[in-house]
Amino acid sequence: MLRAATQTEARMITLTVNGREHRLDVEPEMPLLWVLRDEIGLTGTKFGCGIAQCGACAVHVNGAATRACSVPVGSIDGAAVLTIEGLSAESNHPVQVAWIAEDVPQCGYCQSGQIMAAVAFLKATPNPSDADIDAGLSNICRCGTYPRLRAAVHRAAALMRT
Amino acid sequence: MNAMVPGRRQFLLATLSAAGGLAVGVGFAPDAAALPTNTEIWDTPPPAGAHEVTAWVVIEPDESVLIRVAKQEMGQGILTALPMLVAEELGCDWTKVRAEYASAHRNLVEKNVYGRMGTGGSRSVRENYRLLQQAGASARERLVAAAAARWGVAPAACSVRDGRITHPPSGRTLGFGAVAADAARITLTAEPAIRPPEQFRLAGTPQPRLDTPVKVNGSARFGIDTRLPGMLYAAVAACPVFGGTLVSADDKAIAGRRGIKAVVRLKDAVVVVADNFWRAKQALADLPVTWDEGAAADTDSAQFRAAYRAALDGPAANALTRGNAAAALAGAPKTVEALYEVPYLAHATMEPLNCTAHVQPGRVDVWLGTQFPEKALEAAAEVAGVAPGNVYVHNCYLGGGFGRRAVNDELRQAVAVSKAVGAPVKLIWTREEDIRHDRYRPQAAIRFRAGLGADGMPVAWQARTAVGSIRRSLGWDPVTNGVESSAVEGLANTPYAFPNATVDCILKNTHVPVMFWRSVGSSQNAFAVESFIDELAAAAGVDPLTMRRRLLAGKSDFLHVLDVLEENSGWGRPLPAGWGRGIAIHQSFDTIVGEVVEASVSSRGEVRVHRVVAAVDCGHVVNPATVERQIESAVIYGLTAALSGEITIAKGRVEQGNFDTYEMVRMADAPRIETHLALSGGGKWGGIGEPGTPPIAPALANAIFDATGTRVRSLPLKHARLVGRA
Repeated sequence: MLRAATQTEARMITLTVNGREHRLDVEPEMPLLWVLRDEIGLTGTKFGCGIAQCGACAVHVNGAATRACSVPVGSIDGAAVLTIEGLSAESNHPVQVAWIAEDVPQCGYCQSGQIMAAVAFLKATPNPSDADIDAGLSNICRCGTYPRLRAAVHRAAALMRT
Repeated sequence: MNAMVPGRRQFLLATLSAAGGLAVGVGFAPDAAALPTNTEIWDTPPPAGAHEVTAWVVIEPDESVLIRVAKQEMGQGILTALPMLVAEELGCDWTKVRAEYASAHRNLVEKNVYGRMGTGGSRSVRENYRLLQQAGASARERLVAAAAARWGVAPAACSVRDGRITHPPSGRTLGFGAVAADAARITLTAEPAIRPPEQFRLAGTPQPRLDTPVKVNGSARFGIDTRLPGMLYAAVAACPVFGGTLVSADDKAIAGRRGIKAVVRLKDAVVVVADNFWRAKQALADLPVTWDEGAAADTDSAQFRAAYRAALDGPAANALTRGNAAAALAGAPKTVEALYEVPYLAHATMEPLNCTAHVQPGRVDVWLGTQFPEKALEAAAEVAGVAPGNVYVHNCYLGGGFGRRAVNDELRQAVAVSKAVGAPVKLIWTREEDIRHDRYRPQAAIRFRAGLGADGMPVAWQARTAVGSIRRSLGWDPVTNGVESSAVEGLANTPYAFPNATVDCILKNTHVPVMFWRSVGSSQNAFAVESFIDELAAAAGVDPLTMRRRLLAGKSDFLHVLDVLEENSGWGRPLPAGWGRGIAIHQSFDTIVGEVVEASVSSRGEVRVHRVVAAVDCGHVVNPATVERQIESAVIYGLTAALSGEITIAKGRVEQGNFDTYEMVRMADAPRIETHLALSGGGKWGGIGEPGTPPIAPALANAIFDATGTRVRSLPLKHARLVGRA
């Protein structure tokens, strides 16, 4: 028993998600997306494609925007992960405030990923031009909210400067 | 717009300054408690102390008003627009309105108390505004009658505003909550009259969506987010060739793998059930499966294309005859002929299809996003073998619909699997499964022959389409007369004044299932018609907008749309070198939309869409903010299809599988879109979810012709050989 416990202990993967530590007994190849959704129960991060094409699963890993469907959890043992649920307690991160003001979402399914991508983008590009937005934000939205997303990114940038 | 935002969102107040820069004031932190939107949008038991005035309206103890919505939210904004129509008459405080779905189970048990719940055809507002206004007016009159009875005054002496009933002569007032219980017991002798649109107070004003707050923090529950105690996860693979069946699956190959609970065999699919979706998906990929692919395994898109072209020369059913087109064509000084072709298209909703089912003895619960909850209920009952009255559909926010969620393929699988394993099961289609097992927008070939008179105007118009029948594909209807309305929409009901015209229809299906795809038949027919009108204008040497204006003479609503379009697009003004401008106008779902596209083609043939100006006549508007966003959405949805959308078949199966091969318009490709209302009002109520899609492909193709002189007659545009003049 002691031996088995030690083996389990040895293959445990540790993640700090939204400030809370999780010790996870999962295969190291399991993508972060499914660890978040099925093991930890945080369903705000969405499955869209599974091949890092659409960005619906965007989260931050150690502060960097990351498409969680294509990151084996074993490759980020010990990392700090931020998901949409941890972005703010009351939906008052400037990017969320801007999203509400522009009434961006339609079906809403891609928006967790859009917001997490935009938060990371604005950290690196606090005063973006339209060309910067074109180059820096590539998540897919099938409802075509791109004009509102663009406006909301500009608005969030303005909010974050004040 | 922001001046009209209700108090609940005062913290957001922001305005565009006159110079166009952002002036943002963030005065208050948002109060989460003041954002009443449900994360779980299906019907839930009302809180203690709440009183149901009617099946549509519940007054809660804190005076919030719960309005039930019998249509399904897939992004089109009905969860806000429909309650606005109820609140218009109810006289409640709009900032205290909460919305949730009406129950499909209750609709079954209470004999259609909510009417038709199925959502599609851009129908939700135009076919329900009277019903919803009546629901609001009826609840208001009951509340007033209850207050009047308590005061011993005449109901007519009372007035209603912001959720309070007042008796002005005595100054007495009561909140809705104080009389809701009494109101529920009142029977009205006659239903009150409803307001005509000219008297609307709330409807017609731009309102923020009620579901935005839960869609910016990850809390909105989509079907795929369902979690139940003891729930298992399922990954599914259907036979890669449509119509094929499962022969065998060798579970020994995955036996003993971590978390794997079962392999379930369906007639045409195999399912792996596990304690985590990824484990199920990985095991399914490694599961040796033998299929009987059936007769269609030798088919491909080249065969289909040849077959649709050939069908145009075969027998056809007539959908429109006006005058004598053959004679007029024979006598015309100039004739023009062209063939247009479009491919199959997948819906590719952002949320892949999924359903969670819990089959228990005598009861079935399902959680999913469906456009037709009543059909979901029937399908679950059928598969589980229980009475429909024992099925509960917990409809969620839909992660996109566009027609795909009108039938419930994923639900049938999930119910069968839950029944087989005796546990709640969440079954999820991978993106590849979703793209390869869609029911597609039909492939089509459309041919025109037209004769131009001496004045350059068409004297003869012959249109002929060869296209898959949706109703036959769904098994709904054999369409014995050979004309399907969706196959000829935009053709047979042409608004153009052709003195002599025929429209013929050839319904021809392959083994590829076809279904409703945002704007249905108009998605291909508008491309063909509006491109060919442009060809006629070019052949006649007439400006394309002028040609349309002449053909629409006397139709004031169409002409108004063209006027608004001309004025706001800068039609005729010079463009940079290498750019072109194109126009299209199309009526679908009782709404006319005209669009002007400005696009450029580089010397290497790269197409870039810069600007789209849209003019819309949907008669009346409930939420102008929604109308604007639906036009943007429909334009971008149609643009994706026009630029790169195609589903092709090889060896009987779909070649595309994910967003790397079924490409999408992204931020960098999205044009500036300007929407202008050109409302005709009166008795007209048009839809808004779909009508923005049909004009975009032809307007773009016409802009490309303007820019390059090359006519694009086959979609998607990515295959066109274009050389820009810049």
